[in-house]
Amino acid sequence: MSLKLSTRQVDGITILDLSGRITLGEGSVQLRDAVRDLLSKGSKHILLNLGDVNYIDSSGIGELVSAYTTVRNQGGELKLLNLTKKVHDLLQITKLYTVFDVKDDEATAIASFTK
Amino acid sequence: MFELAAKLDIAALCKHTSGMRNKPARLCFMAAPEGQRLKESQASRITYTLESSLDSVNRVEQTAEELAKKAGVEEDEVYRIAMAVREAAVNAVLHGNSYDPQKHITASFENTGSDLIIRIADQGVGLDPDTLPDPLAPENLLRGSGRGIFLIRSFMDEVHFKLLNPGTELTLIKHLGAEHAAE
Repeated sequence: MSLKLSTRQVDGITILDLSGRITLGEGSVQLRDAVRDLLSKGSKHILLNLGDVNYIDSSGIGELVSAYTTVRNQGGELKLLNLTKKVHDLLQITKLYTVFDVKDDEATAIASFTK
Repeated sequence: MFELAAKLDIAALCKHTSGMRNKPARLCFMAAPEGQRLKESQASRITYTLESSLDSVNRVEQTAEELAKKAGVEEDEVYRIAMAVREAAVNAVLHGNSYDPQKHITASFENTGSDLIIRIADQGVGLDPDTLPDPLAPENLLRGSGRGIFLIRSFMDEVHFKLLNPGTELTLIKHLGAEHAAE
């Protein structure tokens, strides 16, 4: 299953709801384009909801990192929400769990952004 | 050997993977004609030669997943094995062969009873694993790439690199439990 994306706004934060796989050549490109599109439209507070992402490979991990650094370099914030166990474990073994700001609750995540 | 063939059901596995996405594998050395049960002497291993494409990556991943499931590996381990094999195939297609349509990857799958052994080979310039930067080093944490081999090593029990002429062959080994070895 390829990646499906949809965006919504909550209290000035853009939530990107992702569903499916983030892998080389499939979801990774879609994620990159979506984040670039949001930035081009001035959305710099981005919450990636990964609750329905069932698979990420190393390219997908790299894309998450690239999204994080791209947003941060433009003065914004990118956070992760609702990690599945598989994604959580991947971020832990790659030591990225401490790099990302990871949230389990949407309201808490929204409130945590610097506005 | 026959018992091993029955356990793996390699002929069915080969048929399954060859027919994926209605695009047959370029070669399935041990499955011609497609779907026919293999001879006993051929049953312990299957090998594919595939084009350098993402479709091939998906096929190799799914074959590994099927192999691990048939070996009775528990679900989380199936996922890890399939991901490791996917990463090896991505390396072969992307970094090894650079999507060159003139180059192929070969993938072989074997259940010895005590081990799952998967070999992925490309026709690239060759990879020296000792030159790869450590993705866990603080200065590399925010790199957008370079985690594939690390994940392979994390998920498999043994990983061996062999330089070919040309190319690189990765051998990924997952030890099966004693209960499997005794079967």
